[in-house]
Amino acid sequence: MQHLWLIPTLPLIGFAVNGIFGKRFPKSTVSAVAVGSVVLSLLWAVKVLAALGSLDTPHVEQYFTWFQSGDLRFGFDLQVDRLTAVMLMVVTGIGTLIHIYAVGYMAHEGGYARFFAYMNLFMFFMLILVMAANYLLMFVGWEGVGLCSYLLIGFYFLKQSATNAGNKAFIVNRIGDFGFMLALFLIVIHFRSLEFSVVLPAVSGKPEETLNLIALLLLVGATGKSAQIPLFVWLPDAMEGPTPVSALIHAATMVTAGVYMVARSAPLYQAAPLAMEVVALVGLATAVFAATIGLLQNDIKRVFAYSTVSQLGYMFLAAGVGAFSAGIYHVMTHAFFKALLFLGAGSVIHALEGEQDIRHMGGLRKKIPVTYATLMCAGFAIAGFPFTSGYFSKDEILLAAHHHHPWMYWVGVVTAGMTAFYVFRCLFLTFFGDYRGHHHPHESPWVMTGPLAVLALLSLGGGFIKIPQYLQPVLPREETAHDLSLVVIASSAGLIGIALAYYLYVLKPALPDQLAQSFRGLYRLVYNKYFVDELYDAVFVRPTVTGSRTVLWRQVDVGVIDGIVNGVGAVARIAGGVLKLIQSGNIRSYATWVVFGSLFLIVAMGLLVVNTAAGGAR
Amino acid sequence: MSFLGWFLLTPLAAFLLLLLLPREQEKTIRVAALALSLAIFGLSLGLLAGEPRETDLAWIPELNIRYHVAVDGLSIWLILLTTLLTPISILISWKYIDRRVKEFHAFLLLLEFGVLGVFAAMDLFLFYVYWEVGLVPMYFLIGIWGHDRRIYAAVKFFLYTMAASVLMLASIIYVYQRAGTFDYPAILAMLASGKLTFTSLEQTLLFLAFFVAFAVKVPLFPLHTWLPDAHVEAPTAGSVMLASVLLKLGTYGILRFCLPMFPTAARENAGWIAVLAIVGIVYGALVAMVQPNVKKLVAYSSVSHLGFVILGIFSFNQQGFDGAVYQMLNHGVSTGALFMLVGYLYERRHSLEIQDYGGVSTPAPWLSTVFLITTLASIGLPTLNNFVGEFLVLQGAAQADFRWAVFAATGVILSACYMLWMYQRTFYGETPEKVTHQMTDLNGREWAAILPLLALMVWMGTAAETFLPRISAANRLILQQTTVNVPFNVQTPAPRPDVAAKEIADAR
Repeated sequence: MQHLWLIPTLPLIGFAVNGIFGKRFPKSTVSAVAVGSVVLSLLWAVKVLAALGSLDTPHVEQYFTWFQSGDLRFGFDLQVDRLTAVMLMVVTGIGTLIHIYAVGYMAHEGGYARFFAYMNLFMFFMLILVMAANYLLMFVGWEGVGLCSYLLIGFYFLKQSATNAGNKAFIVNRIGDFGFMLALFLIVIHFRSLEFSVVLPAVSGKPEETLNLIALLLLVGATGKSAQIPLFVWLPDAMEGPTPVSALIHAATMVTAGVYMVARSAPLYQAAPLAMEVVALVGLATAVFAATIGLLQNDIKRVFAYSTVSQLGYMFLAAGVGAFSAGIYHVMTHAFFKALLFLGAGSVIHALEGEQDIRHMGGLRKKIPVTYATLMCAGFAIAGFPFTSGYFSKDEILLAAHHHHPWMYWVGVVTAGMTAFYVFRCLFLTFFGDYRGHHHPHESPWVMTGPLAVLALLSLGGGFIKIPQYLQPVLPREETAHDLSLVVIASSAGLIGIALAYYLYVLKPALPDQLAQSFRGLYRLVYNKYFVDELYDAVFVRPTVTGSRTVLWRQVDVGVIDGIVNGVGAVARIAGGVLKLIQSGNIRSYATWVVFGSLFLIVAMGLLVVNTAAGGAR
Repeated sequence: MSFLGWFLLTPLAAFLLLLLLPREQEKTIRVAALALSLAIFGLSLGLLAGEPRETDLAWIPELNIRYHVAVDGLSIWLILLTTLLTPISILISWKYIDRRVKEFHAFLLLLEFGVLGVFAAMDLFLFYVYWEVGLVPMYFLIGIWGHDRRIYAAVKFFLYTMAASVLMLASIIYVYQRAGTFDYPAILAMLASGKLTFTSLEQTLLFLAFFVAFAVKVPLFPLHTWLPDAHVEAPTAGSVMLASVLLKLGTYGILRFCLPMFPTAARENAGWIAVLAIVGIVYGALVAMVQPNVKKLVAYSSVSHLGFVILGIFSFNQQGFDGAVYQMLNHGVSTGALFMLVGYLYERRHSLEIQDYGGVSTPAPWLSTVFLITTLASIGLPTLNNFVGEFLVLQGAAQADFRWAVFAATGVILSACYMLWMYQRTFYGETPEKVTHQMTDLNGREWAAILPLLALMVWMGTAAETFLPRISAANRLILQQTTVNVPFNVQTPAPRPDVAAKEIADAR
């Protein structure tokens, strides 16, 4: 026993303490409880992993039966293998940094204790998600992180846009979970279990159609949680939440849960070639699609949000072409640089007292130098600049894609170019040129810049943690020839993107507007995110609401069904006049009627019984 | 007479005791009712330990009617739910009910008496008597202490259920005429041994008569329109008892009587009943979504939730049955809590229209938190109670016919839509001045009433093993009874027709 349960339970205790008593605590106590519980969780995770050593086989700990019905038993069982180990380190490590950062970022906000209680609760569910030993417990974490996401997106609950975004996130995720649940039912039907250790080794004997269906339904779940086409719409709106939330939940950890789930189910997907192909296509399409939207956004957080959607697409592409470990590699490096991008953006917003529009920034390079320096590190990492973390993981993915279908590689390369372009567009508009706003920017305190510095180091050097090699026993990969020319092309795309952004936004700042003028139709289409939200609203949301209100409620329920019921009553009233007495409104007369009615029935029944008994005797 | 036999009479004794108290001493009446109902709850816990849990005495020997009562895994938790909710109902009426206090509490105890009897009766006649006893107090609770349209709602409630009861009474008499006894275990034994057989037509007609009587109570779509009216007009305690306990009489009756007595007819009719259940799930949720009145919203959500119960039952497998029974309890806890909380809001703001609220979170943070937890339980968040029930029901349905699970699971999406939207409009946003003025946070009495239910939501959601083994055991028997005396001829289409059969084998 390594007492794995302590890892998620420590943040849960933090949640309970801050949730119940937080309002009465001073802020320092709240921070100590919140950060402390996550740090302890990280330390315990490190201790457990050190004690478990090489982890060649999964380490499973069974605690208690959650529920049991017939031959089915579902337990609260946790496990650690190499895949979980990677996720554990990412979640607790990044989680710790972001909790520390948030102490500074949230210092002047109301609802301080509530914020940290939700953050700790999120850590609990996220750790359950990655440590679960069966699909059902994974689903507990899966829905739980969705709940925390809902609560934290709607953290500023006085703002309707924030609570709308929270509802949207929860409901869109529920649509995904609908698919996830159906997949679970099918797994139970065909495997009579939801344990990873039972289901995954048994896939070989099952019909391919079934496996394809299960894998596709799981993918529906993944597209919800990881914001892939067609369920990506909630993530950009999720930026309504405080920035540390965007960094932790909507960039580094929760949104990668879909990738983790697909990687966890790797044996299932490998036996379901159709589903694999769909995973790759969804990932690739999302990567390109979201990148194009990112090109034109002006809200610094929304740019990074679309970037997250796009990068998650890369991870799905990796899984879809069979390079699961490359996907997880990118989960890790992306956690480093995207958490940094968001925290850096938070630092900028903090410096500008809430300003998020990059058109009102500029020239901040000198005013907030630490933020600037660290954000540039993240920018180079996401652009795939040689030997930064993003370079290694993106190459793994693109090479695997080339091995699968060369055209996927080329689409991926173009997307990489766009990624570099829009990230640097954003950075140049923020830090270069002249300041276009009217605030007095000030650098953030060390609790915020400290985590930025750590993440900057990880963004630059984190790629040397060779995840694919480490995951080889769990997620074997085909050896692909390391074709140098493909690597060079991919990296060049990133460099070209950076150069183009420099040309357009530093050297010729007037040019982008002219371009927008000359391609006005296309510009408006992309600027408005292809009108997907409006489309969903017109096709799904409004018909459901109006249909329910006018047809189902007013016509069917009140009109038809109740009409019949009241009609029957009216007929009886006219015919017998009995109901007229009942309608008198006099309670005593009701009582009389009840007594009469009951008496009548009992007598009638008694007669009947006596008669039949007599009849039977004869 | 065993402990159970005496125990079931205690609410009647409490009822009579209350009648002796002078009506002016309202405080005494409240305290006495609370103390008595708490004592009854304490006694009911003894049922968990005590054996034997059966009493069988002659009552009206001329007609061979017996006072035969028993408790098994199907009824034990429903009985405990009832005895728990009665003191809670008294607690939440402390300020709410300010006229005819004595009658109100007397009716509550009489209601408890009737409901407990229904859950324990093993004699069909006795069952019918209890059934009617449970009906009358609810009629008065709505009719006397209700809101403006209470008379319409009460009469509608009464006529609906009375019409249904008559059908059931006729069928009970028919069964008696054929079997020569009202004793339910005896009838089942005769059916099992072949001493008593029904022709196919008889089975179908009797099944339908019983089923309709129970389905009105559930209520199953399209027999549900009495429910929103009854809930909206009823006082808080009435809504709580109605949703948490009375609706379960229907689903309990189906599982206890309809299935074992008429297994072939039940299985033959499973198809369309499951479809109605699914329609109810989706329809209830959609109509709930557009309700401007929060109590009506919760009422329609009950139609949706109870659809899951019916679907589980007519899946005819262990998971479906277990999920259905668990879902009965879950609905009792979380919807009961929802009605209580809506009552708390009403006592402060004197309105049930959602548009009269908004921003309640700011003046009443704990009330909002408790409401949120209850909302989350109601929409089936894992680690809270409803998830376990819904999961098992849907798993059972998927095993019977995968399409059922597909359509029914959309209810999981829709429940999030209507509940979260309602929550947002009520609790989030800027607080209007009127709300700030009237809204206070929970007081000690309100905490005391809601805390047990909150604890149950978490307990039932994480430690389902406290409850499920007894339920499973009872369901295994019912599953067996629905297969023994008939050939297994129902269309439980692929994917795994052998599942149910295997479970039977396991059970043996």
